[in-house]
Formats: sequence, structure tokens, C-alpha cells
Amino acid sequence: MTDPVLSIRNLNIDYIGAEKDFHAVKDVSFDIAPGEFFGLAGESGCGKSTIAFAVSRLHRPPALIRKGSQILVGGRDVLSLTDDELRRFRWREVAMVFQSAMNSLNPVLTIETQFYDVLKAHTRISRAEARTRAAELLKLVDISPDRLSSYPHQCSGGMRQRIVIAICLALNPKLLIMDEPTTALDVVVQREILQRIDVLRKELGFSVLFITHDLGLMVQVSDRIGIMLEGELVEVNDAQTIYRTPQHAYTKRLWASMPKLHGEQIREGAQS
Amino acid sequence: MSDAILALDNVSKTFGRADNPVYAARSVSFGLHAGRTLALVGESGSGKTTAARLIMREYTPDEGQLLFRGTPLGKANAKALKAYRASVQMVFQDPFAALNPTHTIRYHLERPLRLHQPKLNSKERTAAIEELLTRVKLDPALLMPKYPHELSGGQRQRISIARALAVNPQVIVADEPTSMLDVSVRLGVLNLLNDMKAQLGLALLYITHDIATARYVAEDIMVMYAGQIVEWGDTESVLTNPQHPYTRLLLSAVPDPDRRFSDTRFSEELNRIEFIRRQSALPQPETREVTKNHFIRPMPE
Repeated sequence: MTDPVLSIRNLNIDYIGAEKDFHAVKDVSFDIAPGEFFGLAGESGCGKSTIAFAVSRLHRPPALIRKGSQILVGGRDVLSLTDDELRRFRWREVAMVFQSAMNSLNPVLTIETQFYDVLKAHTRISRAEARTRAAELLKLVDISPDRLSSYPHQCSGGMRQRIVIAICLALNPKLLIMDEPTTALDVVVQREILQRIDVLRKELGFSVLFITHDLGLMVQVSDRIGIMLEGELVEVNDAQTIYRTPQHAYTKRLWASMPKLHGEQIREGAQS
Repeated sequence: MSDAILALDNVSKTFGRADNPVYAARSVSFGLHAGRTLALVGESGSGKTTAARLIMREYTPDEGQLLFRGTPLGKANAKALKAYRASVQMVFQDPFAALNPTHTIRYHLERPLRLHQPKLNSKERTAAIEELLTRVKLDPALLMPKYPHELSGGQRQRISIARALAVNPQVIVADEPTSMLDVSVRLGVLNLLNDMKAQLGLALLYITHDIATARYVAEDIMVMYAGQIVEWGDTESVLTNPQHPYTRLLLSAVPDPDRRFSDTRFSEELNRIEFIRRQSALPQPETREVTKNHFIRPMPE
């Protein structure tokens, strides 16, 4: 058994309120192995994005990680990193693709400049070297390097999403966090992107923490899946088990709320 | 088609320069019938929303016409157009952008009533608003004074539906009404649309790229690609026996827990289909009937 890339133990996160704190993440523990595709599912407000932000310490007040929580990435304690260490840690160890990442590109800079931004901030690299590296990275996500001089608005939503992913891979992170990366895209583009990610993680060996509420999609791409309900991780198992023999009542209810493509149709009123 | 409340008859719409037109809709024909849901599925950019905008008269067709209860709309006068707008309502994709953040829910529902039923006094209007909110299964007393930001996505989408219902429409065009909602609340909104269709005899056009939900709500389905409707007919027949290569591709892209991602043919197939888009200006092949109420327009050879 190799050491996990990400190891979360007893993670508790509260949103501090004036009258009462909101306990967003309750005593969550899980590991992600090298090269593993781990899915975290649950509905809005269940705390899945809060966990994703905490892993790269991007959470902001009023979010507060409680004492006793532990997040290890490659054996390093993320929660005790200094600001300098944190700057070196982000992008190199953990990169994050945000929800509606297509809008996380700067509209007034060319694609090339956005690559250069990241590379310059984290490595000693010349503009020409950055350009070569950016072209390589674009090829990884099936985009022609002549797009480097384009602006974001000249690219389709799916392309922008792939560009963001390419930027995330620029420094060979060990862990790629994807928070609802394809929710705004149509199924054909979604399928293309995730299939590409699947190939890349096998080639490059990074792990993926994939967050979505689309359970069907998650079972298709993930090795293991964790189901979250109101801040708690209620079930963790390999993807096929979550699909075929879900144990927790909530997992069963989630499945019951999804219309099926073929076979017997679910009946309405599973949830309202 | 004669009994359709609203019909598109051979409608085309192009964008871009005349020497290099992009067909957003190409010879599109379909009809919406009372008490039935027609699903329009296809990828982003396939022309689904253009079809919706043509119906909402945000775009005028380059060719072809809209028929409302059998009468062409092209020459309708202002009064007829106002009646048309009351009869044909839209529910938008983004429940966050569709409501004005500076107005209360009460205001959102009051406005269409003031415009289209000016004879109501304020007491009757309040009663009408309460009835609308009850109809979409929200608590009137609780919701009326609230602002959109105080509501969840599902609640907002219910408000959008209530607003559309305020003018007693006959047709509702719902453009991806659940794509921005959580899986667990999607079904509630779809059930609501279904109930409204059944109770009020509405004709529903349900635009989506989520084929599983299309199967859930729609009796009939149309698959759109590069501005053309490439396959259409009875939902079960189209989904269980897809004939057009694009319909098959679309179906294979739908997340399905029974299939792992290993199929590399997907990309090859995608390239093959791209061909239609490039050829979209060529003459269209003849429609072919697959079975009763299931048709395709084959790919050009």
C-alpha cells in the first residue's frame, strides 16, 4: 500500500455566525491514493465544496477549520503551512478547477499570458520557454497551439474549460481538484473533457478529487465515491458498489431522484 | 399538424455574413399540442435556444413562418401580438438571472397581472398571486415579501413558473429549466411542469441537453444538430431505437453508471458527425419514416 496523496482526518469546518455557528463539515475522514479518481457527491450546501477549498487552504472567513482537523497532502500538513510555503504548495502540489471555470479566465488577457502568469509565479521561466510549455499543455487537452494568441471570448465554453484544466496541469500537480467542472457544459462536451482527464491521469499519474451532484456521471468516471449529507460523509465505497448496492438510505434516495435513460422509468415523488 | 396550438412551418434563421452563413435553424417545422410535452434536445450551439427565441419573437425568421392556432403571425397587429405574448410564456434556464434582485416575489407576480389583466383590483390581484404561489407549491404568506436572493434555486425556478402561469398561457417554452438546479430538486420542478401541463392543458416545449429528463417529461422528442432537426417522434421509439448517428452519439454521451469510460470510438464518431455541420449549407436529404411517428433526416452521403 503506497502512501495516499491526500489524507483527511477528522475534518471539522464551521462557518462562524453572529448568533450561531454553522457546522458545514462534520468529522470527515478519507484518503485518496496516487492516481486514484475519487468522487465526492451530495447536493448543494452539503459541504463538498467547503472541503475542496480547505484542501488548498482557499477557504475564507467566516469559514474556520476546527482544531484537531488534519489535511495531509503527500505527507505534508497543509494546515500548518506558512504563507510562503502555501504559495509554493498551490499549483505544484494541488491545482483546482473551479465551478464554472470557463469564467475563471481573465477576459482581457490572451491564453498565452494566462499560462505565463502561473508559470512565472511558480518557476523561473522565460517568456519563450513558457510559450513552448503552454503549447505542449494545450496539446494535452486537444487544443491547437495557435489558440495561444486567442482571448477567452473567442473560445467555446468547452474549450475554455479545457484551457483551465491545461493551466492546472502546468506544474504537474499530484492532485487535481475539480469542483463541478462540467455542470455548465452539454453532455457531449462533458464526455469529451472527462474522457481526456481520465486518459491524462493515467499518463501523468495525478489523482483527482471530483465533485459533482451528478451521480451517474460520477460512477462512470470514479474509482471510489464518497456521499455527503449535511456535512457528514455518510458512505464511502468503490463506485460500482455505490451504484449497485448502496448502503445508506440517502444514497438510495439520490438514485431514486434521477430519471433513467432506459429501462423502467422511476416514479415521481421520490423527493420533492 | 392542423390541431397544433403553435407551429413552426419551415423556419430558417441564419447569422453571420451572407457569403458564410451559420444556420442556427434550418427548415425547422414542428407543432405544439395542448396537454403534450415536446422535448427538444441537442448540444450547445445546435440551435435549441434559437428555436425558443423564434417562438418568443425575439428573432424573426428569415424564411418560413410561425402559426398560432393556424394563423400566420407575420402580419398580426399589435393587439393580436399582445394576446400572443400572454398565450406563449417562457421559463428561463438561469433562475438566478431571471428574477430582478431588487424586487420582491410579490412584485414579480403582480406585474404580468397588471399588464394583462388590468381590470383586477388590488384585492383580486393579491388573491391571484396567492393562488399562483399555492399552485407551484410555495407558501404565499412566507414568499410574497421575500427577495430573490432569499430563495433557493428550486424555489426561484418555481417563481419563474408561477410568473409564466400568471397570464393564463396556452404554451410554455422551458429552456433548460433544471440544468442549474441540484439533482435532488430537479425532479420536483419537472413534476410541477408535468402537473401544470395536465391540469391546465398546456402545450410544453421542453428544451434540454439532459435526455434522461426529456424521457421523464416528454411524450415526443426532437433531436437537433447544427440547426436541423435530425430525428423526431415518439420519445420511447427515438430513444430505444435511435437511427441518426448524432442521436446515437448523444445517447452514448449521457452519463450512465452501467458503462465505464473506455470507449475510444466516441471521439472518432464525434469527428464523423462534425461532417454534417460543415455540410450544413448543402441540400438536405429527404426525411425518412422509421416507424409510425418516428422520423429521421439522414446524414448527407
